[in-house]
Amino acid sequence: MPDAAHGPMAQRAGAAGPAILPLEARGLVFDAGGKRLIDGIDLRLDAGPRTVIIGPNGAGKSLLLRLLHGLIEPTAGSVLWQGKPADGNVRRRQAMVFQRPVLLRRSAAANMRHALHAHGVSRREAKERAQRWLANAGLSGLADRAARVLSGGEQQRLALARALSLEPEVLFLDEPTASLDPASTLGIEDLIQNAAAAGTKIVLITHNLGQARRIADEVIFLYRGRIEARGPAPAFFDAPGSEKARAYIDGRIVL
Amino acid sequence: MQDFGAAFGLAFHLIFSGDPDLAEIILLSLQVSLTAVSTACLIGLPIGAAAAVYRFPGRNALILALNAMMGLPPVVVGLLIYLTLSNAGPLGVLGLLYTPTAMIIAQTVLVTPIIAALARQVIADMHAEYDEQLRSLSLSGPRTMATLLWDGRYSLLTVALAGFGRAIAEVGAVIIVGGNINHATRMMTTAIALETSKGDLGLALALGFILISLAVFVNGCVMALRSTAVRTAYA
Repeated sequence: MPDAAHGPMAQRAGAAGPAILPLEARGLVFDAGGKRLIDGIDLRLDAGPRTVIIGPNGAGKSLLLRLLHGLIEPTAGSVLWQGKPADGNVRRRQAMVFQRPVLLRRSAAANMRHALHAHGVSRREAKERAQRWLANAGLSGLADRAARVLSGGEQQRLALARALSLEPEVLFLDEPTASLDPASTLGIEDLIQNAAAAGTKIVLITHNLGQARRIADEVIFLYRGRIEARGPAPAFFDAPGSEKARAYIDGRIVL
Repeated sequence: MQDFGAAFGLAFHLIFSGDPDLAEIILLSLQVSLTAVSTACLIGLPIGAAAAVYRFPGRNALILALNAMMGLPPVVVGLLIYLTLSNAGPLGVLGLLYTPTAMIIAQTVLVTPIIAALARQVIADMHAEYDEQLRSLSLSGPRTMATLLWDGRYSLLTVALAGFGRAIAEVGAVIIVGGNINHATRMMTTAIALETSKGDLGLALALGFILISLAVFVNGCVMALRSTAVRTAYA
């Protein structure tokens, strides 16, 4: 990252620990209720390309993201960062935005500061970063409003701004625009694209194929707990290399 | 019914005549019960939050014990505290028996399980929603507890109120460890018990009205605070 001396990358390198990518999943299996929901996934994610995960409901997309992020433990297999299990630094260098934003019962600015304090950011810097990222997300005017009275789009922008203010190396997003209107979706996508341009690795789940096309550098198609197809975008959308993926992209119902 | 009317009148008369004895009793009741509830919150809220957030051996037993102890009989607690504080007891040297401090201790013991058990439920419900987000932010255990306690502050006010209701209304424990000594440890409830046993039912009833008004007033204050919070969606 020598050419990023003036961008956000430089600040990140100064503020946070060493790099954590690549991320590797080896033989990942997850069982629940006697069912195999993630069925032997091998996966390597490198810094750089924006990865978009698509697939029908129940394919295991959210589970895979939670396993990679370390929110749940796999039944078998392992998630490795630079070949090692996640440690404190790895956990602090990644962030996740959920489908339904979970905001604390306090003001928007306090939500931002809470996350920054949890990451050991000093009080003064937390205040400064919170302001900066609220501005980036177009929420400056709402800084003192209770987070839970914001509109759905504003809440998700706040959740995303909170994640980005932690200056993560990897950002996981689980259908962040699933219940938002086009304008709000655009606001979210802009923030994601800017983060990607600044060097944050994006791993996004979406059901919105338009969004997948707009964001993806590479696409992973998940089907019944397995990676059915994977390839670089936009070529993937023309020739996904899998009948199931073809059907899904064409809008046919995949069971 | 004539009794009720007369008692009501007497209650009004007592309040507005500014009777210093009555004021002393009311103030002591409030002082003891509010101190006991505050202390119980200091002890009970972290216990409740820890039982909600952490998984540890004996957690279910703790929750069961807390829930069961919500119904501790005040006279039994009073007796146990009495034995502890009496001259022959382990804390006898402190000379606390028949003092307001003894009554605070007794009420704290009564109220702490209520606060802890109800707080655990409130925090556990909230934790179910927050858990993944807080772990994603890599919050430590203590920070998770602090976050949940602060975010649940308005719901926890209701929990504190439940504790206050228990404390202000109970007579069994404070009469044993306090002794109902005039100008020293006489509270609303012990005064009512005394006047009833003396046969002055009118005065007892009047004191009862005042006690109920007091409880309604404190509840009203807290509910007003809470509804403000609901309006601004912090609750």
